[in-house]
Amino acid sequence: MAAARRPNALLRNPAAKIAAIPMILAVLFVFVGGTIWTVVYSFTGSRLLPRTNWVGLDQYERLWGTSRWLVAIENLLIFGTLSLIFTIGIGFLLAVLMDQKIRFEDTFRTIMLYPFALSFVVTGLVWQWILNPQFGVQHIVRDLGWETFTFDPLNDPDIVLYGLLIAALWQGTGFVMCLMLAGLRGIDDEIWKAARVDGIPKWKTYLFIVVPMMRPVFITTLVIVASGIVRLYDLVVAQTSGGPGNASQVPAMYVYDYMFQAQNLGQGFAASTMMLLSVLIVLIPWAYLEFGGKKGRGRG
Amino acid sequence: MADVMTSAALQAGPRGRRPRRAFSTSNIVIYGILGLVSLYYLLPLWVMVMTSLKGMPEIRLGNIFAPPVEVTFEPWVKAWAEACTGLNCDGLSRGFWNSVQILIPSVLLSIAVASVNGYALVNWKFKGSEVFFTCLIFGAFIPYQVMLYPIVILLREMGLYGTLWGLVLVHTVFGMPILTLLFRNYFASLPEELFKAARVDGAGFWGIYFRVMLPMSLPIFVVAIILQVTGIWNDFLFGVVYTKPELYPMTVQLNNIVNSVQGVKEYNVNMAATLLTGLVPLVIYFASGKLFVRGIAAGAVKG
Repeated sequence: MAAARRPNALLRNPAAKIAAIPMILAVLFVFVGGTIWTVVYSFTGSRLLPRTNWVGLDQYERLWGTSRWLVAIENLLIFGTLSLIFTIGIGFLLAVLMDQKIRFEDTFRTIMLYPFALSFVVTGLVWQWILNPQFGVQHIVRDLGWETFTFDPLNDPDIVLYGLLIAALWQGTGFVMCLMLAGLRGIDDEIWKAARVDGIPKWKTYLFIVVPMMRPVFITTLVIVASGIVRLYDLVVAQTSGGPGNASQVPAMYVYDYMFQAQNLGQGFAASTMMLLSVLIVLIPWAYLEFGGKKGRGRG
Repeated sequence: MADVMTSAALQAGPRGRRPRRAFSTSNIVIYGILGLVSLYYLLPLWVMVMTSLKGMPEIRLGNIFAPPVEVTFEPWVKAWAEACTGLNCDGLSRGFWNSVQILIPSVLLSIAVASVNGYALVNWKFKGSEVFFTCLIFGAFIPYQVMLYPIVILLREMGLYGTLWGLVLVHTVFGMPILTLLFRNYFASLPEELFKAARVDGAGFWGIYFRVMLPMSLPIFVVAIILQVTGIWNDFLFGVVYTKPELYPMTVQLNNIVNSVQGVKEYNVNMAATLLTGLVPLVIYFASGKLFVRGIAAGAVKG
């Protein structure tokens, strides 16, 4: 610590640099190094072990020619779009309701947020049980008199994504609601007073004044939710295992299966690189918007 | 409707009308919707608890929403001590203890590393520290799948692949982005004079960390613990990839028990097992209250 006064820039504050070593190693070897490694090896024909037998874009050609991957991508797009719209929409509406100076706000929040504390595995298994055709919702509605009622998402390839969506919304909307509520509370009271003096109806104030002001909150939420959707894995494994058939496959399952089950590393690398690409499509414009305009702010 | 305002209400109510009457139309609508929504959120918990307390005959006959006619705790006992995964029939208890063994060192290590790191990033900036930090934050959004295999190689080189310590290391690395951000933002919010005064008094890097920063930041440590305990307990992917079947964490074992294709499905045991696995994060959640909210919001305020 006596070295703290030394003029040499590299040796100054050695303790601080030592403290940062874990971060530097993690960035170099995992976050940046690992990502680059996977991208590079996606151009090889690695099977059981990583090999440097370059095959160009073969893995990608095969990937986009595999029906299972195409189904996975299609599912991700459909599920992702619906899930984004509904989590953010419902989350915002709930936040608005919670912002009406209601009583028992803490109770309502506790109820809406507790699923977020649970794992996707637990979420998937509970909803698997509730949607069970023999005992669950379908059975109960039939017992009530609608003998022909059918709602069996976990065994019907056409609607299996909605079964997953119900579970995902149950788990995630409370979280989005909390973010939105924090955003609403961050709006200056003067805005509300001014809107009220001008006689603007409340819903109009929300839609045309508050929502545009909350743009950063919406964007951050969008990035968080979207990167979570691309990663979606545990929920599907637990709730449907990708079935019926391949109907609820997602890219993360494809990656896992090819890397650790089918011993076809090259395919796994190519698929995970595509996942990375899909996140970058969201991330780069966001980073540009967030950091591009205001240089030197050093925001995290 | 909201435009007719008395001046008194204007002064007192910064946003939204003050609920003047308990049974106004808007109140009924608001509480009605919130009540219905709450039912949707509570339903799965109710179903889990009820199913886990019924015997199988009652499940076959009855309604999953109905409370048990005859309460039995046998499913819980069975889930904990007898449920089978593959050849092992010692129940979820094995996964529970594995998870505990993974959880404790992971939480301690990740928080220690990230808090020191956040402190260094705020008060002891060095050339390039911000670049590494930005990379770290971006790392939080990169799909884990891209880094899965390189980590397998790294762990294998270190001789940690398939061990609990390997998984602990993985959790420490992946906890770093969010926790560093959490601590960095917190330490940045403390008055700089404190740090300067300690410097003038001759305290060094560790002296300031342990004697000035640490005592002042207990709440943020609690937030970090909540975040990590729930996050690590709920992990599934890393558990599957980096450990072997004997060391599988509880979530993985739970999935293997419930989704196993052999034998007759015992839904009550499955739900008891599911509930048991969810119990740790639930207890943390209900005990921590607003700190949990603070934890999840911390990562999002400036993602």
